[in-house]
Amino acid sequence: MSKQQLYYDDVQVGEALPALVKHPTTRQLVKYAGASGDYYEIHYDHHFAVKSGLNDGVIVHGLLTAGWLAQMLTDWLPSPLALKKFGVSYRSMARPGDTITCTGTIVSKYEQDGLHLVDCDIAAENQRGEKCAIGNATVALPRRS
Amino acid sequence: MVDFDRSVLGVESTPIRYDVEKGAIRKFVEAIGDEDPIYRDEQAAQAAGFKTIVAPPTFLCIFRAQELPDLKIAFGRVRLNGGNAYEYHQPVYAGDTVTVTAKYADVTERTGRTGSMVFVFTDLTFTNQYGEVVATGRNTGIMRE
Repeated sequence: MSKQQLYYDDVQVGEALPALVKHPTTRQLVKYAGASGDYYEIHYDHHFAVKSGLNDGVIVHGLLTAGWLAQMLTDWLPSPLALKKFGVSYRSMARPGDTITCTGTIVSKYEQDGLHLVDCDIAAENQRGEKCAIGNATVALPRRS
Repeated sequence: MVDFDRSVLGVESTPIRYDVEKGAIRKFVEAIGDEDPIYRDEQAAQAAGFKTIVAPPTFLCIFRAQELPDLKIAFGRVRLNGGNAYEYHQPVYAGDTVTVTAKYADVTERTGRTGSMVFVFTDLTFTNQYGEVVATGRNTGIMRE
């Protein structure tokens, strides 16, 4: 995948990152359970989820939502290695059948330890406008020479 | 404040070493739905300037640490993942080995509009076969009624 080069000089505080939209299914949750090794039944067993206090049934793995937020960032970045810090907190539950939109906004840019860093606020929101995950990321970008 | 066994805080888990398998990376990005070939195809990864297939940012979650001693917290019946954060220092490539250790950093109780919740913070360290810390992490576990 050849990506357009992204330079520190060209990004502006307040700018939005290209959004990423996902449509989780129960099949995807099972695939993610297998791929991640997280077999907690609240992610694929409806009765177990209800019994565990999740009255509406199974929920998306927090780390799968985090994976989508990371994908939104790496789709934008020249390389996944440009990602220096990434953190998310989970809020509302994401469920199969939801439409999850991952967004990001540049909140600051600065030089530190010889790197040109950009801080972003990131969020994953469902179709009801509830935030399923919020967080932040720090990325290092090259300067135009 | 919820009761727990404070002697367990800061005690590092026995290291566990994992091989980073390219098939595991492929299954992981397939589950997320990330089609970037740098995670699947050696030639594409090399063409993009990587040594070989690289692991995506949240792949670190598959390196599970040895279970830590019981904090002996008797609280709630729901266990949720409250958040995940990583700081990246070195790339993780297919063919590497990654060793993970964990320790409990803190336990706090907070009361919000949905009642009381207990937060358990776990710090993680990921080290490669060269002894380099490739990343550190912090997991937030939530216990609620």
